[in-house]
Amino acid sequence: MIEMQDVYKTYPNGVIALNGISVRIKQGEFVYVVGPSGAGKSTFIKMMYREEKPTSGKIMINGVNLANIKDSKVPLLRRNIGIVFQDFKLLPKLTVYENVAFALEVIEESPKNIRKRVMEVLDLVRLKHKARFYPDELSGGEQQRVSIARSIVNNPTIVIADEPTGNLDPDTSWEIMDIFERINDRGTTIVMATHNREIVNTIRKRVIAIERGKIVRDEVKGEYGYEA
Amino acid sequence: MKLNTLRRHFRESLKSLGRNGWMTFASISAVTVTLLLVGVFLVIMLNIQHITKQIERDVEIRVHVDLSATEADKDALRAKLEALSGVEKVTYSSKDEELQKLIDSFGEDGKSFRLFEQDNPLSDVFIVKAKNPLDTATIAKQIETFPSVGKVKYGKGQIEKLFAATKTIRNVGLALIIGLLFTAMFLISNTIKITIFARRREIEIMRLVGATNGFIRWPFFLEGLWLGVFGAIVPIAIVLSAYSYVFDLLYPKLKDTFFQLLPFYPFAWQLAAVLVLLGACIGMWGSMMSVRRFLKV
Repeated sequence: MIEMQDVYKTYPNGVIALNGISVRIKQGEFVYVVGPSGAGKSTFIKMMYREEKPTSGKIMINGVNLANIKDSKVPLLRRNIGIVFQDFKLLPKLTVYENVAFALEVIEESPKNIRKRVMEVLDLVRLKHKARFYPDELSGGEQQRVSIARSIVNNPTIVIADEPTGNLDPDTSWEIMDIFERINDRGTTIVMATHNREIVNTIRKRVIAIERGKIVRDEVKGEYGYEA
Repeated sequence: MKLNTLRRHFRESLKSLGRNGWMTFASISAVTVTLLLVGVFLVIMLNIQHITKQIERDVEIRVHVDLSATEADKDALRAKLEALSGVEKVTYSSKDEELQKLIDSFGEDGKSFRLFEQDNPLSDVFIVKAKNPLDTATIAKQIETFPSVGKVKYGKGQIEKLFAATKTIRNVGLALIIGLLFTAMFLISNTIKITIFARRREIEIMRLVGATNGFIRWPFFLEGLWLGVFGAIVPIAIVLSAYSYVFDLLYPKLKDTFFQLLPFYPFAWQLAAVLVLLGACIGMWGSMMSVRRFLKV
């Protein structure tokens, strides 16, 4: 469960990124966040994993207010949230398996569990057969699937994706969406910022549109609503 | 922390040393040079201190009792001397004992002093020892004003010079050591900074998947520690073998003087421990300085 109440964010350089956002996303929902570039989408997303702190307002994630948790508690928060980026953020010197295992190693999971969990998620993203490959031996879509596998390997309740299909061709984008839907089916909340009109209009989900730091539209099974 | 995690930190820190080979080499060399100089200064300073302590221990005030003093006067003087603040011990040595000492100290030639046993020209003497050798001069001055006191002798001038010299050597050595330690620390901190820079993507991902800052810091912390400890090896070897050589060379010559060098054991172990500890400290401190600036905490 994600809940924002009157969230404002002004950056030190005076830019107002969020101008009073209130929203509630229930556990297990699939939400698209759309809007023009520079409208505050990224800031909205970053608030949820506390890469940015709100200037004022409340952000509750699973009952914890991110606006006033200590810096030292942020790592624990992030273990409950999976994050996927447009540029994958894989480590080039590690294999697919090692990249995914890395997320569990750094939170000190036992080696036995690591092996089991990594193979499970690689199976889910259909990359078990490429576990020993290095990222630069994979296509863009496959790399994104590795990064999705990494984001869900510690069983987060929420997956946040910032334009996950931004660097991918249309066919590959559908593959990625298929994986997100399957993750969502298991009860994981998905919040996905996107510019992909076709996907939003085809796989109908809740759409939150942000413009000039405000939510201007919030529809169940909504449309992309902007000219491409 | 789990054993596996610790193993991982060790592995990562050692890997990083290899990956940044030249910077590692530069940092270890800096620590080596620093600790070499620190080691040499420590050996010199500790020996000087050792020698001064021995000399200081021998510093005493000899209070010659006036020849006209009666037994009662002597007792009164003794009481006054013992009452002085800063006095540790007062011993009495009669003029006969003094003559005996004189005869003994000249060995064979001392026999000629036997003549004086009939008519002893020496005075009775109170030997006063100060609690703190540095107070000797002040105490001696006070004693000079007492009644039935003849001459007061305490090696005036020499002690002051000795104390001044040891103090200067100590201060100069200390200043140099501190300066050198800082230089080595900054070099280590720069090496770690480069390591961190090379691994900033890895750190970014670690932060995103929920690694604690402590976890992220450990490998860098250990890397600093290695730089410091490895840097201490060569200086320990050089300083100790040089000291053992000098010690063997000087020991026979100094045997009968009060310039005694510190014996090789346990001094060697202590010095090695101090150098390793110093290396470890500057290594860890240097790495902490750069990690703090790089990781948002």
